[in-house]
Amino acid sequence: MIDLALLPDGGLGWLDGSGPESHLVLSTRIRLARNLAEHRFSAQATEAEREAVLGMVREAAEQSVTLRRAMVFRLDSLPSLDRQLLHERHVVSKELSVPERGGVPRRASAVLLGRDVGAMVNEEDHLRLQGLVSGLSLEAAYAAVRRADVELGQQVAFAFHPQFGYLTSCPTNVGTGLRASILIHLPGLVLTKEIHRVLQGLSQVGLTYRGLYGEGSEVVGNFFQLSNQTTLGQSESELLDHLSRIVGQVIGHEEKARQILLRDAPSILEDKVWRAFGLLRHARSLGFEEAMNLLSGVRLGVGLGLVPDVGMYTVNRLLIETQPAHVLAMAGGVLDEAEVPVRRARHVRMILEAEAGRRG
Amino acid sequence: MSAMCTQCHEREAVVRLTQVQEDQVVTIRLCERCAAERGVDTGVGQLATPLGGFLAALGAVGSTVEADGVGRPRACPVCGSTVADFRSGGRLGCAGCWDAFADSLLPLLRRLHGSTHHAGEPYRAPGQRPAGPGADRQRLAEQLELAVATENFELAAELRDQLRSTGGD
Repeated sequence: MIDLALLPDGGLGWLDGSGPESHLVLSTRIRLARNLAEHRFSAQATEAEREAVLGMVREAAEQSVTLRRAMVFRLDSLPSLDRQLLHERHVVSKELSVPERGGVPRRASAVLLGRDVGAMVNEEDHLRLQGLVSGLSLEAAYAAVRRADVELGQQVAFAFHPQFGYLTSCPTNVGTGLRASILIHLPGLVLTKEIHRVLQGLSQVGLTYRGLYGEGSEVVGNFFQLSNQTTLGQSESELLDHLSRIVGQVIGHEEKARQILLRDAPSILEDKVWRAFGLLRHARSLGFEEAMNLLSGVRLGVGLGLVPDVGMYTVNRLLIETQPAHVLAMAGGVLDEAEVPVRRARHVRMILEAEAGRRG
Repeated sequence: MSAMCTQCHEREAVVRLTQVQEDQVVTIRLCERCAAERGVDTGVGQLATPLGGFLAALGAVGSTVEADGVGRPRACPVCGSTVADFRSGGRLGCAGCWDAFADSLLPLLRRLHGSTHHAGEPYRAPGQRPAGPGADRQRLAEQLELAVATENFELAAELRDQLRSTGGD
């Protein structure tokens, strides 16, 4: 099993709660889709061609400053649990980690993981560069991913068209190839039942929302990923400015909702937060969704200063570590299905107890 | 008991859609044809991806008109993919498909992005950069500027040294 502690920052630097607006925004992620010129897109390419693409990318990465020390994992030879761990860490897509019908990922698919930038190779596009940073920081995430983009683009020729820009396998990504996603926690809007109005508004201004794991995933624990829908016809800075402006408005709505809850229903709100904390602190069995929802409640309390003994990083970390593959990995990779919720609850209790000891 | 389509009231509904309209949850039932018109993949037809459903709803890509003079489906000269492949899978085969199917892709891009032209960063592949020592200096200067702008000081220092070693100031 891979040792996730060996990843740069233990792979959790983006969760440290240090970035701007981190009481609401967990992370900012920007990916750039790129393909190598003269090679068929990944799904159409032969295995030999994909191997050649991977070889060229690895060589280019070794010549770069941003990715030369990156850890490289070949996903086609990595055990399923390891792939799922990387997926739960938001560094590998579902397509390459848990393919449909329990199959193995595409041959020659890989992921390169640097400090604040990573690259999936032979996903839907040859290259999916990703910058991932803590809190709301589109500039930092873009600067990180753009550096890698420029460096790799100087070593290998990208498929670029004078009219269409960076060419991608799917027309929804063409042009800039840029998709920025803000992972944001909106319990206030959900509790005040304003969330539908806000989400509806997003689609009218060219943005879209998804669940915790991106495309096709369900919303759990009041966590939403807000991202740009279009990639063509606007510059990178226009796309990012627009997203930044709208996310700023969503943050404003969430703050307002929280103030209304504090003003009109303080005891209900406090009870909700402390009940969630109590269950996490003492429950002997926790399902995944249940844990997410309870952590959402505690996170709201921490953000409002109602739960002084818990840090935001601890809550963020638990959101990652209570996911199924992480719980399984903690048990050495072998665990009876019925034992998973028990093991999850034990880990949550242990972390919260340690936190109370540290702060108390 | 099977329900009728709430849009055409003619055919049997195959998909149920729940939407939020002005704070009200509204459930509508659609038949395969009305669902396709709205770009909803019912999973009943042979559409493999959501984009495939969107393409079919558009009717713009992969129609029978997309054929050469002797009725064969038009294929990309580079990878051999056809518009029908694109229609069913929603993915293009290679960079060459973008030129081969450009006339079909343009209306789709307009619908998806409201635009058909790239307005972002320009790109020049390594082989297409102008040659010669002057060009090298120019390229290094551009990279240095970018490295400074993106606060990549480690790279900036390397580039500044390289720039110095090419002569001049």
